[in-house]
Amino acid sequence: MSEDYPRIAPTGVDGLVVSFAARLDEPANRAALALRAAIEAASWPEVQETAATLVSTYLRLDLLADPGPVLVRLRALVASRDWRAAALPAGRRLLRIPTCYAPAHAPDLDEAAALAGLSRGQAIEALACAPLRVLTIGFAPGQPYIGELGPEWDIPRLRALTPRVQPGALTLAIRQLVLFSVPSQTGWRQVGQTAARLFDPGAAQPFLLRTGDAVAFPPVSAERLAELARSPGGGVSVEALP
Amino acid sequence: MSLIVLAAGLGITVQDLGRPGFLAQGLSRGGAADPVALAEGAALLGQDAGLAAIELAAAPARFRLTAPARIALTGAPFRALLRDAGAETPLAWNASHALPAGAELALSPLAGGYGYLVPGGGIDAPLLLGARSAHLAAGIGAALAEGDSLALGPDPGTQAELRIAPLPRDSTAPIRVVASLQTALFPAAEIARFQRTAFRRDPRGNRMGLRLDQGDAPGFAPSGGLSVVSEIVQPGDIQITGDGTALVLLAECQTTGGYPRIATVLPCDLYRVAQAPPGAALRFRLVGQDEARAAMQAHASALAGLRSRITRRLREPSTMADLLSYNLIGGVVSATAEGSER
Repeated sequence: MSEDYPRIAPTGVDGLVVSFAARLDEPANRAALALRAAIEAASWPEVQETAATLVSTYLRLDLLADPGPVLVRLRALVASRDWRAAALPAGRRLLRIPTCYAPAHAPDLDEAAALAGLSRGQAIEALACAPLRVLTIGFAPGQPYIGELGPEWDIPRLRALTPRVQPGALTLAIRQLVLFSVPSQTGWRQVGQTAARLFDPGAAQPFLLRTGDAVAFPPVSAERLAELARSPGGGVSVEALP
Repeated sequence: MSLIVLAAGLGITVQDLGRPGFLAQGLSRGGAADPVALAEGAALLGQDAGLAAIELAAAPARFRLTAPARIALTGAPFRALLRDAGAETPLAWNASHALPAGAELALSPLAGGYGYLVPGGGIDAPLLLGARSAHLAAGIGAALAEGDSLALGPDPGTQAELRIAPLPRDSTAPIRVVASLQTALFPAAEIARFQRTAFRRDPRGNRMGLRLDQGDAPGFAPSGGLSVVSEIVQPGDIQITGDGTALVLLAECQTTGGYPRIATVLPCDLYRVAQAPPGAALRFRLVGQDEARAAMQAHASALAGLRSRITRRLREPSTMADLLSYNLIGGVVSATAEGSER
């Protein structure tokens, strides 16, 4: 995309960031995921943990370690291939998350649809059928940033924050969807409500989603959502992808 | 053996050193706002600094012990009273005590900041994702409430009635910061002004982060505007929010953020920021990576050497005015005999 990328920079005392773009693009996201997987596989002793965000890979190093040697290894690894051409991670799944788009559960859907130049029905169909995947997980535990929607959905965040959305709220801005894992204030527009439990600290698998997973939001009625909210899995189905 | 919660103000939680390693899942490490206080309590009790304790965020609380127990009181000083058999005895802060069964411990905040009640053996709360810390922002655990009963782990020792000269927590010495991912987006003059500014700790703050009050000084701004792509953020990062004010992220912060960060507080200085009471002066000084690493090494050595800051308790420590001054002339006292005063 640009000669400036990938770019390696320190952050804080113990952080290193490899950025693949200045803003979200799909190959940069794939690059960040693939580089993170390669660093995990390399098991460098100074690396305490890694993460991938929308367009970058983050390494947290041992606070007292000399970052020099790891920087040399990281530069070599980053230069070793075209990360933007990397495939999506292995072991991906498709999760179908039933979503209620009724007005009481989607207070900002009409406005979002209008900004995208669509009718309400068209908007629901577009959100339910779009090929989407988890771009990154962050901000709150298990909380996915999902994309990327078509350019018609490049709508800004709200200027005034919505005081509180509930866990499972499906929200939209800047061609992305966020599914909230904890009650939160937000500037994103709520376009649906799910019964998904994204984070359950006491469960054997505390986090529902993994970065790279495909997701779909098939519509259900408010009555069905209420039923699903009482069931442990929230009606979410999980299928392995080839 | 348990600790019964008789009364608990807001924001009183079980904390240990938190659960690092879940950034990729969106979970920040959490843990004690002042991990140095946990280490000081552990040094007083001769136990592991990773054991869980009770963190009090400037709110009063009362507890009762079901059996004799040792405790240490560390972090921001609280007024501590022991009520036993009709008598009321003040307890010294930054000290260990052996308390009888049935004793009631009443803690009330003084100047502000996080105080710690560290029991011998730690709080035996359930391990969730490898730690006992409550992380309220993530929905892990809950704040303590009246009627809670907290099991204690096996106490590894018997020695009590010691005091420790705590590591410095005053915020007058500059807080050291290093460059963050977006520091270079700020003009050099803005970074210099940031270091010249006499900030005060704004009353708005919690375990997720605290706001810096810059008085009449104009807001800080990066050259290219406020729009940056969301990246991993960590405790200690100083975000410049939309109105130009600075926000220092603390243990329970979110894991990603789209506000530019002007700098990152050194992990070894972050406890001083977290402990700054509302209105306290805060200044920041940008240091290079080498100086930062040397400071981290020095801090690790100081933590490893906390036992050298421990002395036998002096007679009659009950005057509160004495709490913050320590007589270290005696140096290390290997107190093998149990102290008799409380």
